[in-house]
Amino acid sequence: MIETDILIIGAGPVGLFTVFEAGMLKLRCHLVDVLPQPGGQLEEVYPKKPIYDIPGFPSVLASDLIKNLMEQIAPFKPGFTLGERVDIIHQQEDGKFQITTNKGTQFLSPTIFIAAGLGCFEPKRPPIANIRDYEDIGVDYIIRDPEKYRGKEVVISGGGDSALDWTIYLADVAKKVTMVHRRNSFSGHLDSVDKVMALAAAGKIDVVLETEIVDVEGSGKLEKVQLKNHNGELSTIDTEYWIPLYGLSPMLGPIADWNLNLDKKSILVDTDDYSTNIKGIFAVGDINQYKGKLKLILCGFHETTMAVQSAFSICYPDKKKHFKYTTVAGIEGF
Amino acid sequence: MADVRITIIDREGIEHLVSAPTDMSLNLMEVCHEYGVEGTCGGMALCASCQCYVESDHILHEMGSEEMAMLDQAFFVKSNSRLGCQIRITSEIDGLVIRIAPAE
Repeated sequence: MIETDILIIGAGPVGLFTVFEAGMLKLRCHLVDVLPQPGGQLEEVYPKKPIYDIPGFPSVLASDLIKNLMEQIAPFKPGFTLGERVDIIHQQEDGKFQITTNKGTQFLSPTIFIAAGLGCFEPKRPPIANIRDYEDIGVDYIIRDPEKYRGKEVVISGGGDSALDWTIYLADVAKKVTMVHRRNSFSGHLDSVDKVMALAAAGKIDVVLETEIVDVEGSGKLEKVQLKNHNGELSTIDTEYWIPLYGLSPMLGPIADWNLNLDKKSILVDTDDYSTNIKGIFAVGDINQYKGKLKLILCGFHETTMAVQSAFSICYPDKKKHFKYTTVAGIEGF
Repeated sequence: MADVRITIIDREGIEHLVSAPTDMSLNLMEVCHEYGVEGTCGGMALCASCQCYVESDHILHEMGSEEMAMLDQAFFVKSNSRLGCQIRITSEIDGLVIRIAPAE
């Protein structure tokens, strides 16, 4: 079990900067992030986009901001657990938290900072009332093992690259592949589109355009999907699997199960110190919500700086906290 | 520069006549923010939380490939769907009427 003073969930810019402000108070930090590298959205979604509202930087590329933050916090030797998602938080009788990830890694910490940005990215679920009833018994949002579909009937929907790529791949694996797309053209890579159209022309797959899947049927497993074309005409296809591929969307994920006060997909905090309703758990950056909230990186930096002051009092209730300016003695790392 | 007037129909069907300045480099997602549009990705056409339906007969600029790709991954898409973040607030859209698409 890894022990730390602050367990930070989310290694985006605000999670990273938490290490600096905590370090100034001699608090040790450990970060956990579901992504395989630090930086959150900045590294994963828009690394080469310039950001213009970081004070002191007229313009900074998102990936450079992360690189600089990593350099800035290096003296405080933060721990990283990457590629894992915090699933369970259990508060002990002494007030400390036992934290467990989806891969079983465990931590013990008196405080938790949730700096999880938009939350976890999960596959988007088509808006069909009973779709959940067929998940794992025919409706799959992620293809984990393509062999599962060998010799089976499969319907794939979506018009992006992953729908095209899997259609091409499964054409040789499944008994029958039907691709369903809302428009009559695709937004994916041209060579993938050409391959899909060639497979359709050769009769290896069916491509159904200007059509959406509007219903699922079956008893005990998926048996049919219902289609509706752009003229409103309905039809059905018999199929054992439907793989809707519509990208990812941010969800709170396990955070929703931790008895925190929530407002839709955000965690409500007290603006005195960005604490949540559970003593010892703070929420900083895009994941929190309060009156006047602005989802800006610079606001997250402020929030976590304030929160760290309260975290100190929880970690060391008997110690006096000394406010320090970096200009006086520079940075004293661990 | 005069403000433009835009009618925003929110998810409850309530119409709001709003005026928006043309000299602030605003986009429609930012103007719709107070009517429940999240703008999760910060206006980079990387999510579809600002999807709206253009209900007036304005001819808007054509979709870019990023906007088209994102709408291909969105739900509740219609022929008049656009991403609000890709529509700049300019004098050409004065009188625009849009309806905010359901949340995904």
